[in-house]
Amino acid sequence: MQTQTEKYSLPDATGHFGPYGGVFVAETLQAALHELNVEYEKAKADPAFVAEFQRELKHYVGRPSPIYHAKRLSEELGGAQIYLKREDLNHTGAHKVNNTVGQALLARRMGKPRVIAETGAGQHGVATATVAARYGLECVVYMGSEDVRRQAQNVYRMKLLGATVVPVESGSKTLKDALNEAMRDWVTNVETTFYIIGTVAGPHPYPMMVRDFNSVVGKECLTQMPEVAGRQPDAVLACVGGGSNAMGIFYDYIPHKDVRLIGVEAGGDGIETGRHAASLSAGSPGVLHGNRTYLIQDANGQIIDTHSVSAGLDYPGVGPEHAWLKDSGRAEYVAINDDAALAAFHRLCRTEGIIPALESSHAVAHAIKLAPTMSEDNILLVNLSGRGDKDMATVAERGGMSLTAKAN
Amino acid sequence: MSRIAATFARLANEKRKALIPFVTAGDPSPDIAVPLMHALVDAGVDVIELGVPFSDPMADGPVIQRSSERALKFGVGLKDVLSYVATFRQTNQSTPVVLMGYANPIERMGLKHFAEQAAAAGVDGVLVVDYPPEESQNLLSTMDAAGIDTIYLLSPTSTDERIKLVADTARGYIYYVSLKGVTGAANIDTGDVEAMIARIKSQTKLPVGVGFGIRDGETARRIASFADAVVIGSRIIQEMEAATPETAVERVRVLVSGIRQAMDKRVEK
Repeated sequence: MQTQTEKYSLPDATGHFGPYGGVFVAETLQAALHELNVEYEKAKADPAFVAEFQRELKHYVGRPSPIYHAKRLSEELGGAQIYLKREDLNHTGAHKVNNTVGQALLARRMGKPRVIAETGAGQHGVATATVAARYGLECVVYMGSEDVRRQAQNVYRMKLLGATVVPVESGSKTLKDALNEAMRDWVTNVETTFYIIGTVAGPHPYPMMVRDFNSVVGKECLTQMPEVAGRQPDAVLACVGGGSNAMGIFYDYIPHKDVRLIGVEAGGDGIETGRHAASLSAGSPGVLHGNRTYLIQDANGQIIDTHSVSAGLDYPGVGPEHAWLKDSGRAEYVAINDDAALAAFHRLCRTEGIIPALESSHAVAHAIKLAPTMSEDNILLVNLSGRGDKDMATVAERGGMSLTAKAN
Repeated sequence: MSRIAATFARLANEKRKALIPFVTAGDPSPDIAVPLMHALVDAGVDVIELGVPFSDPMADGPVIQRSSERALKFGVGLKDVLSYVATFRQTNQSTPVVLMGYANPIERMGLKHFAEQAAAAGVDGVLVVDYPPEESQNLLSTMDAAGIDTIYLLSPTSTDERIKLVADTARGYIYYVSLKGVTGAANIDTGDVEAMIARIKSQTKLPVGVGFGIRDGETARRIASFADAVVIGSRIIQEMEAATPETAVERVRVLVSGIRQAMDKRVEK
């Protein structure tokens, strides 16, 4: 193998990634987080738990997901070869389910009969409702009322799976407010309830635990890349909202120093317009949702509304480990605007017959930008974190079409 | 002696307990922020907890969330809150003021700058809900240097180990959150609270206040029979929500006076 490795062992025992991460929550949650941390460490070291998790990933999720050489796209671009890690082929259509399977198994092991989750576009809500049904757990999903309106199909999906969806009316009525409300529920019902957080944010141990459950993605890539491409990639690309799919594919590559890690944030209408969700590219450090990380905030330290065509990237914070990887220089972060993401969406549809999620389209867009600047024997590995079926209405609307109107 | 320590010493001497109201600074409107503080003093409170509005008040229930949103609509930030305290101090040098809020507005201003400005304005204590002892060594040393008390929370889920940690870290007084849940939630079981206060008091000499879920004079009186202070927040904010901008201050004065009288009854006989 050509890569050189270097040891990496974050977070530290108190949940910090350098100055980021930590446990910034009120006293009421301290005991619950401590219990979760202890139980997670025990589960991680228990071969029976690990074996069950792997069995579920194989037979329920459908892992390992393949790596696919996007030959036509690469040829068209005339530069680096683009490979896609097909997380879109997982059960429920995205990487999210890797994490919810892990946390639901942990909830069951801890004897918690009720799980709660926050959701923005509804993907994590659906992934949580799915595993709750699978393991016979009561499920309540908090969702901003604005998002409930915009994502009616996912709301219905969660209901089909037996979950209760609670519209959140506070604040900006979006993902961050849903997270606040889920935390409030957890504080109130902490004895019976397991809070399944959907990204690598929140207080310790969540950023670590969600990363660990999703790290199966990068682990598979390490074995698959030599098989399909003859070697490891020159760069790994993934979109970053909260950052769970990116941490999932980055994590096992962190020690491989000569593999570039590139996180792609949502540039929205453009960083210069202020209408974006690029916390790392344009934000500053602060404390939100239980951890210290980069935030999009105003001069008074209030969190500002974000914007992205992709609901899954529309979050004013980012996982603390990404903040650390940025500051330490191990990973690079760039922003891709709505327009470029949509163009990449259409291009992948037409050249490869793959309809990507709008989130993943951001990573594809950056690969499209990067590939022509590289030589044909360079390799880019893109995490295709989810499929685009959920985005039909958004894309159609952007194209001036309504799905309920007559087809053209 | 700090204003907070002096206040609790005076109350102990008088065999009375502290009444501590919580209001969000700038709610219902910035122009009555200071008059409201004076009205609370007139009604007989001993310490004022002034909420710093934040966009994401994770530990608060719907009532205090709404009050934070109203203040934010006026653009009230930490700087404004400090200016209200400075104005209040021009005519009141004795009632301690504690700022209560979340870490981010303080981090944004910068700990050191905040401490200097707060001390200059006449702030006596800070309670940062999402800064537990483990994450607030910098806050504590910076506030100590500025002569400001750092106040911490304990809750029904706190272990003896955590009670000790908070007892060793806290300054001024300890705020016991009497409920699992958010501010303003269901009514509390005073028996459970009494047992927990005894556990806390076995580990600290600091005064211990009780808040979350106290909605009337009778509950306040029962809490005051074993705790050193009673904190009331959501109930006061609801009173203002039911009032007009013209009547809000007066209605709060009447409500809080009533609670004060109920609390003091026990020592009359």
